[in-house]
Amino acid sequence: MIPTPDLSHLKAEDYDRVYEPAEDTFLLLDALEADQELLKALKPSICLEVGSGSGCVSSFLGSILKDTTLYLCTDLNPHACVCTSRTGSQNRVALNPINTSFMEGLGQRLHRSIDVLLFNPPYVPTVEEEAAQAQDGRDIQGSWAGGNDGMDVTNRFLGLVDDMLSERGVLYLVALKQNNLPEIQERMKAHYGLEGEVALQRRAGREHLFILRFRRSQQTLCKDP
Amino acid sequence: MVRLMTHNLLACHAKGCTTNNFPLALKDVQIELRESDFNPDFLKGFLPKLDWPALVLAARQLGDETLPLQQPEMLDDEFLKNLHHVLLEIHIEEGSMTCPNCAHVYPISNGIPNMLLAEHEIG
Repeated sequence: MIPTPDLSHLKAEDYDRVYEPAEDTFLLLDALEADQELLKALKPSICLEVGSGSGCVSSFLGSILKDTTLYLCTDLNPHACVCTSRTGSQNRVALNPINTSFMEGLGQRLHRSIDVLLFNPPYVPTVEEEAAQAQDGRDIQGSWAGGNDGMDVTNRFLGLVDDMLSERGVLYLVALKQNNLPEIQERMKAHYGLEGEVALQRRAGREHLFILRFRRSQQTLCKDP
Repeated sequence: MVRLMTHNLLACHAKGCTTNNFPLALKDVQIELRESDFNPDFLKGFLPKLDWPALVLAARQLGDETLPLQQPEMLDDEFLKNLHHVLLEIHIEEGSMTCPNCAHVYPISNGIPNMLLAEHEIG
């Protein structure tokens, strides 16, 4: 059992500005833990977490893959970048936070180079205008406000995945049942040849949470790079 | 922390800026050196991802001349140790990165690069 990253350095003031790890975060950790042998066999050279927030998930990935890979972490919220950096230090994982939207600034050099891509998006259905303002505000509201069907930010992200993911790459995406998972899976398959499957699911209170795992068709994780 | 490994992966993404937009020029940098564990396999695996001339240029801008201008074919221990130091142990804490094409300035503060653009600058 891999311990949950030590977050004791983060205080209430931090969680006023940055998403505090919750059931969705822990489900993603559990999915990564269940896939740890697959992740190690993939021998990733670059991992990217979009919207790294507290840095909990990338630190956890770091405890699986150690110093065999580069951990890039982007977040729109500057305080999240600070927290990501501190959580990396606290857990002795060299996380590299970049204050940016999705992977802007990295796309040119890292075209189809990301071996492990992680995204726990703002997926809570909200009024569209509220969601747009939340992203522009670059603060904590942006960590959950997902617009119309909770898919505004996720859809923007999904449009970028094909450009980011390496041939052998794997994407882990957190989603809610209301996000219409079969539709997401069909779309990713039809547009990009990315096969999605449910890696893990759990009911947490009112939320039915899923971790979707996407890979390029006919790719197996165990294939040598 | 901005290490030269990260710097080597960042390009200007301002609207219309698509050529000569890499590498970003380091300016007014404050650096810290922090030791980290030497992992030759990781370095060898990462070499193909690097833009070598950009890395050498950035290292020299920071006063480190240990890397050869041409990437060597023989990856001996001395070379890998120098590469390890340049890529992973030099941390840029403060400073800025300027696009060689459009001169957009991306600040680095508290070891975090800010690649965000204003709305009108987004491509």
